[in-house]
Amino acid sequence: MYQGVRIAGFGGQGVVSAGVLLAQAGLVEGKAVSWFPSYGPEMRGGTANCSVVISDTEVATPVVCAPDTAIVMNEPSLPKFEPMLKSGGLLIINSSLIKSRPTRKDIKVILVPCNEIAEEVGSARTSTMVALGAFAGATGAVSLDAIENAMKKVFKRAKPEMIALNRKALEAGAKLKAE
Amino acid sequence: MAEKVLMKGNEALAEGAIRAGCRFFAGYPITPQNEVPEYMSWRQEEVGGAFVQAESEVAAINMIYGAAATGTRAMTSSSSPGVSLKQEGISYMAGADLPCLIVNVMRGGPGLGNIAGAQGDYIQATRGGGNGDYRLIVLAPNSVEELGNFPKLAFELAEKYRMPAMILADGILGQMMEGMSYNFDPIDPKTLPAKPWALGINDGSRGKNMISSYGLGEGELEKMVLKRAERYALIERDEVRYEERFTEDADVIIVAYGISSRAAMAAVNALRSEGVKAGLFRPITLWPFPSKRLAELAKSCKAMLCAEMSLGQMIVDVKLATAGKIPVHLYAKPGAFFPVAEEIAEAVKSILNGKKDFLFNLADLADKADNTCHKPENKICKEGTLL
Amino acid sequence: MKPVTKRPESLVDIPTHYCPGCGHSVVHRLVAEVMDELDIRKRTICIAPVGCAVFADKYFNCDAIQGPHGRGPAIATGIKRSKPDTIVFSYQGDGDLASIGMAEIVHAAARGENITVIFINNTIYGMTGGQMAPTTLIGQVATTAPKGRNEKLQGNPINVSEMLSQLKSPKYIERVSVDTPQNVMNAKKAIKKAFQNQIDGVGFSFVEVLSICPTNWGVEPIKALEFLREKMMPQYPLGVFKDEGKKQEGK
Repeated sequence: MYQGVRIAGFGGQGVVSAGVLLAQAGLVEGKAVSWFPSYGPEMRGGTANCSVVISDTEVATPVVCAPDTAIVMNEPSLPKFEPMLKSGGLLIINSSLIKSRPTRKDIKVILVPCNEIAEEVGSARTSTMVALGAFAGATGAVSLDAIENAMKKVFKRAKPEMIALNRKALEAGAKLKAE
Repeated sequence: MAEKVLMKGNEALAEGAIRAGCRFFAGYPITPQNEVPEYMSWRQEEVGGAFVQAESEVAAINMIYGAAATGTRAMTSSSSPGVSLKQEGISYMAGADLPCLIVNVMRGGPGLGNIAGAQGDYIQATRGGGNGDYRLIVLAPNSVEELGNFPKLAFELAEKYRMPAMILADGILGQMMEGMSYNFDPIDPKTLPAKPWALGINDGSRGKNMISSYGLGEGELEKMVLKRAERYALIERDEVRYEERFTEDADVIIVAYGISSRAAMAAVNALRSEGVKAGLFRPITLWPFPSKRLAELAKSCKAMLCAEMSLGQMIVDVKLATAGKIPVHLYAKPGAFFPVAEEIAEAVKSILNGKKDFLFNLADLADKADNTCHKPENKICKEGTLL
Repeated sequence: MKPVTKRPESLVDIPTHYCPGCGHSVVHRLVAEVMDELDIRKRTICIAPVGCAVFADKYFNCDAIQGPHGRGPAIATGIKRSKPDTIVFSYQGDGDLASIGMAEIVHAAARGENITVIFINNTIYGMTGGQMAPTTLIGQVATTAPKGRNEKLQGNPINVSEMLSQLKSPKYIERVSVDTPQNVMNAKKAIKKAFQNQIDGVGFSFVEVLSICPTNWGVEPIKALEFLREKMMPQYPLGVFKDEGKKQEGK
């Protein structure tokens, strides 16, 4: 198993920490993992992204140039990351905020109304967690339990209610299937 | 082995230095190493050490000079332009035979360059960098785990040979997170052997201690430099470190250090799965450079390929080591773009098939160069954004 | 016969390289006497500069380090923060401290490092042969200002003591001179206070000493002393610029 992932979105959407969570979840499951952020001037304009690799064998390069999966949370990220995706790769689109649609035919796409689902779950702040759930459900790269476990390690001061809420968001996302 | 924890390179480095007994840190803000001073600012206080945000890179290295003179395990970190500024103090410490740790989390250059990871400071690091005849022990980690564990090795080597040691990392290693664990227990500096040369409180059992880099009397400096050269000889003999993978039967050996070696490893894996006999040679000490081993390998392989995030700096050492016995090619990613494993693999195939794809050659560039770009009305560099 | 004076224990018994009439010899002796009197020799660390006082590390009979040009206060910071029980003094000339090392002295002062700085102001670069210093007076001839310092070309001299006294953190700043026996005695008092402050944990203490350089000024020592009094003192008035000698907590 090898999954090179790019997660991208607005600064406040928590895409960078979602990446940390994913890497931590992989580590929890005994996988080799890496996480690499965009930093400095690259983040000007408010768009952030990170690379995550989850692999059965050692991670060669932490910078994911041709992702197996791209999770795009805002409009500007779609045209940036769709072309990078590997042929046959998975594109998870936050359809609540992204009105454009991908043009490539050689990729799988999951449209996830992350913000609406997050509202239904009970907190708008869990939108990226919904996308992570969709990723876990579609790829099986990490389990939802591993992500929940990772939450406790990464967000050490998170209250149990918050963890439970995020778990619900993960589960809601995991139910969605590729089109 | 302890359970692996997810850590950012810069933080693993800072914590690793603390565990290695570093009790003085001075630094100046510069991307992409800011997590190091940020971490040190609270962590040194916790362990009873000292942290100073210096007014400049120059002041920071001179604070290290003072702290190291007292025998304290002292460290500064910076990134390329900042390390250039530190050369004054590094040269002084080499001249004064003081152990310390300098970390360069390299970024793109020259000048302000950019803030992405790069490998353009190899020559500066391995040839001393400042004025005068001297060397630094240069360690090149290629993972967060090595970044975290190398400070201990660096301090030990620096103290053993009484000279500054450098960890040459880059922005990718500094910024990335990986699972890592420390392979040593935290060191209480009080348990380290006393340094009889150090400045401090004199209980009367010794004369005055003096730390300086000058030898102004006739013949004095030559003696000092030659004495130091003896230690350099011992280091070149005893402290060479490297890693090899699939080199025994390799037709082409890729030579790469630091983060580049990981792209190179991916290339080797891909090539092997296609039946191409490629191998990886990774220098871990850039000085002392593993020249002897490379000379041996030159007898068994057909060619070598240096994969570097620069215009080709380490290749100078590889060519010196192999002394023209085999062709040494270059895959270059200057300007701080990450080497692409697929391109490195293609470069290896080019070597085997007598092609030029992905092989960097300055002479070819001259053929291609657009002379019009040197006219004043044309800009040589395009305006653009970072990676 | 009972000796009335002797070489201070804090000076090594070797001849110095200073020129006849040079102020450094006098100031070295004063610092050494103070170290003896305060009984701090065995825990004092001297930082020698680049400049005429480069060999101060050899002359003072205590641990010593010679550092890059102007960086004394940064080195002092590293030593003092690593070994707070030591007594650290940086001995610097005007090229070293007020030109290439201006950032280091200002920031060490601003941080309120508990160190002692002895600043020798003789308005000229001595070791390199009489070039213009940041302290060179208007009209004063230097090898890089052969027609005399011109305000329009080279600006005005820097009054370091006055400048540093604008900062909040320094605890003691005084300008003294070694031109007369009385002034030499006053200089010693100031130097002693600057060391006593460090022993007491008071904080950053700075003594500027007006001194002469007959060699590079190209005059007899007697004339040099006249120059100090008539030309230097109007630009660099003697006095205490800051004295907040209350013991502070911590550091």
